[in-house]
Amino acid sequence: MEQDFGKLDAIISAYRGKKGVLIPLLQEAQNLEGYLSRPVLKYISEKMNVPAAEIYGVVTFYSMFRLVPQGKHIIRVCKGTACHVSDADGIKEALIENLKLEGGQVTTQDMQFTLMEVACLGCCSLAPVIMVDDQTFGKLTPQAIPGILEKFSF
Amino acid sequence: MEQITVKVGLASCGIAAGAEDVYHKLEEDLAQNAGAFNLQRTACIGMCFEEPIVELHGSNLGVVTLGRVTPELIGPLLDEYKAGKLPSTNVILAEQHSAPRNDLLANQKRIVLQNCGVIDPLSLADYEARGGYKALRKALALSREEIIAEIKDSGLRGRGGAGFSTGLKWTFAAAAKSEKKYIICNADEGDPGAFMDRSVLEGDPHKVLEGMIIGAYAMGADEGYIYCRAEYPLAIAHLKVAIAAAEEKRYLGQNILGSDFSFELHIKEGAGAFVCGEETALMQSIEGKRGMPIIRPPFPAESGLWGKPTNINNVETWANIAWILLNGAAAFRAMGTEKSPGTKVFALAGKIAGSGLIEVPMGIPIRDIIYKVGGGMKTEKPFKAVQMGGPSGGCIPAELLDTIVDYDSITATGAIMGSGGMVVMDSGTCMVDVARYFLNFTQNESCGKCTFCRVGTRRMLEILTRITEGKGELDDIGKLEALATNIIKGSLCGLGQTAPNPVLTTLRYFKHEYLAHIEEKRCPAGVCSALLKFEIKPDKCIGCTACARKCPVNCISGTVKQPHVIDQSKCIKCGACFKTCKFDAITKA
Repeated sequence: MEQDFGKLDAIISAYRGKKGVLIPLLQEAQNLEGYLSRPVLKYISEKMNVPAAEIYGVVTFYSMFRLVPQGKHIIRVCKGTACHVSDADGIKEALIENLKLEGGQVTTQDMQFTLMEVACLGCCSLAPVIMVDDQTFGKLTPQAIPGILEKFSF
Repeated sequence: MEQITVKVGLASCGIAAGAEDVYHKLEEDLAQNAGAFNLQRTACIGMCFEEPIVELHGSNLGVVTLGRVTPELIGPLLDEYKAGKLPSTNVILAEQHSAPRNDLLANQKRIVLQNCGVIDPLSLADYEARGGYKALRKALALSREEIIAEIKDSGLRGRGGAGFSTGLKWTFAAAAKSEKKYIICNADEGDPGAFMDRSVLEGDPHKVLEGMIIGAYAMGADEGYIYCRAEYPLAIAHLKVAIAAAEEKRYLGQNILGSDFSFELHIKEGAGAFVCGEETALMQSIEGKRGMPIIRPPFPAESGLWGKPTNINNVETWANIAWILLNGAAAFRAMGTEKSPGTKVFALAGKIAGSGLIEVPMGIPIRDIIYKVGGGMKTEKPFKAVQMGGPSGGCIPAELLDTIVDYDSITATGAIMGSGGMVVMDSGTCMVDVARYFLNFTQNESCGKCTFCRVGTRRMLEILTRITEGKGELDDIGKLEALATNIIKGSLCGLGQTAPNPVLTTLRYFKHEYLAHIEEKRCPAGVCSALLKFEIKPDKCIGCTACARKCPVNCISGTVKQPHVIDQSKCIKCGACFKTCKFDAITKA
């Protein structure tokens, strides 16, 4: 099936011909589906006249770009220093357990949640902290995790 | 009587602590009782540990600040204030009365943060009312040389961490001959445990813009970028509003304030790469490439962004510019020390009572920051070390607490001033684990260009990991030191050159902890789980079986309602039982 690149075309035409636009273009393109699929990357490569290898190089360099489909909600576990000394690992374990993620899996079977780490969210006084989509939750204990996940289940 | 004004702190910390709920409750109250008070937004006043924070103005009590406010509490507290009574609970600061946190603020000196938590960051009028853009008007009446001379005389040093003279940096960029020049604000605040720049951008974005506009004028640049990490959505949103407002009032754009000086400013969002905080990597990233550092010279002042002369300063440095120009270099030099004048913003975090954002004059002893400004330790556990400078910095031990805050004194301890993150650690923090944590971070964030950084940090991490697992050997310490020396020598940029610092400083001041892990297979702080022994206290165990069901290797046995036992030969020390037990019946030591 031919993919409809209508929305992507609009993004590309807003950036074409300007300098230094590859990263913001990819960021916007990623917002469409939550990740950058192979056809999307190839399409951008053709339209922007940038080698696919160069685009792939950029996409794999920065941690925000994702090459596989993501869950509906993104959970970011803060791994900053303050969180680390306040047992961020325990929070992550509780998330893995409650989301029933196994063997390094990061997205739940039902595609509701994707779990990732982030270097620091900068809310150190609320450590340990997680961010679900754009909401931040602080001063967490492993016991608080099920309640938070419930808020985002449908 | 004067109208009561209610200000709610709505920076990221406040929002995360529930400040929006308080704000919405106040909006509802206002809808029911129009004109009862003025409701305003502001950003962070720095006392993150007391969030959500609400400030009350206008009664004969003077300004009163409330902490840990909830939607249920705010109504009654506001009624008390209106009635001319000091609220019975939740008061943290009071202008005319004693309050628990008054001292913490009294020991600060706020220049960079002078408007943070005071003004509505989305209001240009608020900024102007506090003297905003006066410095720009003054600058446009001066010659470029006069401005640079003032900055040079002030002795301002780069607040991003390295401490290079800002005036000198400007001189180089100004001297470069080119039709086109760029200036950049480095807002890629990546050190874990640091959030100074975020707070300034969220709380007082115009201050950064004004500094940049003055800098652009002084150096002859007509285009600039603010490179901000994407993890700071609120900071980016506030910057966008501020830029639009400044353009409308002709502080930005063509013919600024009717002069022949024009300056265009863009925001670039990072995409998640710590190394982009390094200036050459940052410029590569703006150009749309992989953010990998390049060899200097040529320095950015000669050939930077798209090969044009470029000047990069960090957020806090830019935020100092307007103040210096308005108050003069001498006033700036009146604060701080001879070689490090002015103030410094720090983000206090970790095991400290008053975590949050502070600004203090340079030259203050670290001890005073922790005990007079930060309110001391969070729990009864004693102070062990303070980590400064994030992954590039080091741990300063208790015996060096009287070290004063200036670039050179901090560097002498083996740590660095850094951008301002201060993570306080107590006796419950394992220093080997801390070193491993930072190495894990730099190892992940190494861009991979230089072999020593890419492979060397990995080898160091492996050694540190095996020490924390009780598999370390005595010559591991020598190996760590040798690797550290080579990584420092063999890396192109600051990331690699400073990556070994957390290991070197902990080896210097806490070698006994490394030795305890290696020789005695013991973690003195009780953190490294592989070295701990988990035991069940028979007198506390009620036999609920929760731990036995949780144990992944089935090494806990016992009958229901009888004390259970851990089979030490099978225990993998995962700590699952310890976390599960609700009766404090399991010990780890």
